[in-house]
Amino acid sequence: MLAYQGNAGRWFDPLRQMRLMQQDMNRLMDSLRAPAPPEFPLINIWTGPDGAVITAEIPGVSPDDLEITVHQNTVTLRGQRVAEPVGEGDILHRRERVAGAFARSLVLPFRVDGDKAAAMFRNGLLRLDLPRPEADRPRKITVSRS
Amino acid sequence: MADQETNGSVAAETTRDVPVFVPPTDIIETESSLLMVLDVPGADPDSLDVTLDKRVLRIAARSASSHPEGCTLQHAEYRDGNYERSFVISEPVDAAKIEAVFKDGVLRLTLPKATPAPAAKIPVKAA
Repeated sequence: MLAYQGNAGRWFDPLRQMRLMQQDMNRLMDSLRAPAPPEFPLINIWTGPDGAVITAEIPGVSPDDLEITVHQNTVTLRGQRVAEPVGEGDILHRRERVAGAFARSLVLPFRVDGDKAAAMFRNGLLRLDLPRPEADRPRKITVSRS
Repeated sequence: MADQETNGSVAAETTRDVPVFVPPTDIIETESSLLMVLDVPGADPDSLDVTLDKRVLRIAARSASSHPEGCTLQHAEYRDGNYERSFVISEPVDAAKIEAVFKDGVLRLTLPKATPAPAAKIPVKAA
């Protein structure tokens, strides 16, 4: 089958006009569909027996550029993602990855033992272990019979 | 049976019940090559699969579970899943020299453009 040449043709063809219009609309809708840049980084929060664990998707940021601070019950993630450099004469076809500085703060319902907090970065995933201080943990009380 | 014809428009379904994500990609064309940068956070480096079939470049990866041992999820913004995306490469590239580097959750593909074969001079023998 021959491919339909949209802009070829000698006569006024209403079908062709409609098809062209449809293409234009599709192009317009495509650009609308591109979602607004979401919150970065995306995080999941987990709770365990020792406290909380935060995992975050932070691709393309080297661990040295990540700044994680813990103060009482607030955890702050800070960093910067560098946009892919485009040199002189290069053609940029797509830019979908978000770039720029980011910061996210989380307030946890308990204090965090900053000395025991640990962070691990692997394959673009950050895992942050935030244990509760020993003195702050719920204590089990044994009931004795009198 | 018109209602059974799909014309190949129905995407193949996966056997694993996990979501499939389309990784955001930067594509930059330089004079000598095409650079593609894909965000695939959490992808397992062993599961990364990059294939070039004719002109279709397909990138697929599975992400390892990020579930910490003995923890329950309280708040979720992302999910573990597979990554898949295909591109039609419009220019001839040198398939043998494609480089793929995976680092910090970012896959970086360099596709060198194929150099056109030098014009061959054909000697003419005079009989």
